[in-house]
Amino acid sequence: MSAQVPQLEARDFSAVSPKKPWKLSPREVAVNASTIVIALILSPIIVQITPLKGKLGLVLTFILVATVGNIVLSFLRQGVQAIGNSIASTFIFLAAGLVLLPVASIFFTVIMRGYHALRINTFTQDMSVAQSDGPFTEGGALHAILGTLMLVLIASLISVPIGILTALYLTEVKGRAEGLIRFLVQAMSGVPSIVAGLFIYSVLIVGAGGHYSGFAGGLSLSILMLPTVARTAEEVLKLIPRDLREAGVALGGTQWRTVVMVVVPAARSGIVTAIILGVARVAGETAPLLLTILGSTATHLNPMDAPTSALPLYTFNLLRTGLNVAIDRAWTGALVLMILVLILFVLARLASGRKK
Amino acid sequence: MSTPTSVPPQSEIPPARAIILTRRLSDRVFRGVVTTGGFVSLIVLGLIALFLASRSINIFKTFGFGFITEYKWDSGDPDNGIAPVLGIGAMLIGTIVTSVVGLVIALPVSVGMALFLEYYMPIRLKKSLTMVIDLMAAIPSVIFGLWGFFVLMPHAVYWAKLLHKYFGWIPFLDVQAPIFERSPFIAGLVLSIMIIPIVTSISREVFSQVPLDRIQAAYALGATRWTMIKAVVLPFGSSGIAGGAMLGLGRAMGETVAVYLVLNLYYQPNFQVLFSAGGSVASMIVTKFGEAGQLELQGLMAAGLVLFIVTLIINFLSNMIVKRTSRTGN
Repeated sequence: MSAQVPQLEARDFSAVSPKKPWKLSPREVAVNASTIVIALILSPIIVQITPLKGKLGLVLTFILVATVGNIVLSFLRQGVQAIGNSIASTFIFLAAGLVLLPVASIFFTVIMRGYHALRINTFTQDMSVAQSDGPFTEGGALHAILGTLMLVLIASLISVPIGILTALYLTEVKGRAEGLIRFLVQAMSGVPSIVAGLFIYSVLIVGAGGHYSGFAGGLSLSILMLPTVARTAEEVLKLIPRDLREAGVALGGTQWRTVVMVVVPAARSGIVTAIILGVARVAGETAPLLLTILGSTATHLNPMDAPTSALPLYTFNLLRTGLNVAIDRAWTGALVLMILVLILFVLARLASGRKK
Repeated sequence: MSTPTSVPPQSEIPPARAIILTRRLSDRVFRGVVTTGGFVSLIVLGLIALFLASRSINIFKTFGFGFITEYKWDSGDPDNGIAPVLGIGAMLIGTIVTSVVGLVIALPVSVGMALFLEYYMPIRLKKSLTMVIDLMAAIPSVIFGLWGFFVLMPHAVYWAKLLHKYFGWIPFLDVQAPIFERSPFIAGLVLSIMIIPIVTSISREVFSQVPLDRIQAAYALGATRWTMIKAVVLPFGSSGIAGGAMLGLGRAMGETVAVYLVLNLYYQPNFQVLFSAGGSVASMIVTKFGEAGQLELQGLMAAGLVLFIVTLIINFLSNMIVKRTSRTGN
């Protein structure tokens, strides 16, 4: 047996492509496709001659006909066993469609309806002089964009260091409370955003006699951002090989120098991903901001003194007015927010992809 | 290995370095700082509970357990001698109804999607579709609400009418009056789309841990893809799915803005999911916040505390379930 092994390895496998018995032959593909084509042709006819009506009827009939066609075909080819298999396949493909359809619809609607009221001044003006139901050439979302950036900055300044420290505690220090802290971080990620807002409201605005401000908003967002940063950073730090840590210690480094000069730099891009994911998590939060920054129509860049605005809140407040023009502006706010989240998402992908 | 066979004469060895068992000062400071950072989550969670409890203690003193069971939110009218009655019973029931509707819709779809990603897709497509699921989780809730109100609702009302027409004999699909807008059903639909990425990604993660040899064994015994999934994947992943579902439920219960936009708040318990009346603790806080007086504000804090505790319990349970899977899985 062992004598044959080198012989096997010496053979050139590149010439022999492995057989794939599960791969569909062109004939099978054609048969499968024909079921769908037949269903496509049959379903409008059935809708025409039966009392079923509308797009929903059409879709339901199509699914039904395609399933029945599939069942009959698989029964003819492979017998009773295959029937369950083909029904399951249909439903699983249906589930995938049901997930992807709303996503496509959301993107499509936000782009189409948001584009409607998008002007240059969306990015250059705020709403301090413009009426929310005025023409689109007046006013914009500048205050909300700046407000979101400010809130995200404050939230990051607070939760990024703490999040990374938490992750380091879980992966490097591994103290006695490791299990407890891991559990608490998970519990914290489940805290409803409105509760975070209520908490900051009760502490800062009722308790300390403060007022609605960007700082309060940033604090409430940092509560939501901390668990995301901590958990993602923990996952990344776990992937750093033990060898690196041991090498650092073997070279005479203290744990502190090993972590700062070896472990964290090795995990750098992953930590960047953690930060970006945290930012993406909180950039779209609305509920806590309702209770902490209140919203405003003018640009306020001092985080300590006055109510300010943010993109999700801008969208939400315009929507609450119920005026048609304001709702168009709300869609534009949603579009800008969506673009912001998309950029963050792509950045996170790029940062985590570079590592590999 | 290091037996002193080849050790040179005693005189040439440098004196042995002293072995220090205590950590250096820099390390002790480092570990102290990191540990402090690690305990921030404990402090924050404790402070949330503490502050909300201290602000709402007056409410629980005044209304007692009735705050949770009472179906009325009336701030009272001191001039006419009407005493305030605050209770979130209907809102709590409504929260459970909408989130359960959302979960019932999301669960089969998510499991189907996870199976689709793991067993029906070529690897290259699988990666990009997984990215779509991740992206879906990052869409802000206000956009879900906006879309749910303007795009989904007109369709959903039609579906609700059809459901009512053909299945109205089932008690919870009946309606008292033909008003189908802003119903728990529609809120549940929006919530289901919001929790699908959570349930899907957790289910998919569990499915990807199914040992390959068991799958191959099932195929070798002549299983079709579906019988393999039924016999191997689903039993293996069942508690992972349950944990993911619980996590989704917790997320659905705390959702505020999207539900606010697509649900008609009504202070009576309503189990007819197609009828335009429902409740949600989180949305109620937003609705009442702007106009709340001193007492009502305390009531909202108490409502927040109840929501906090409920979601904490659900999260705790779901983490337990998921953890149990990953242990028994190996």
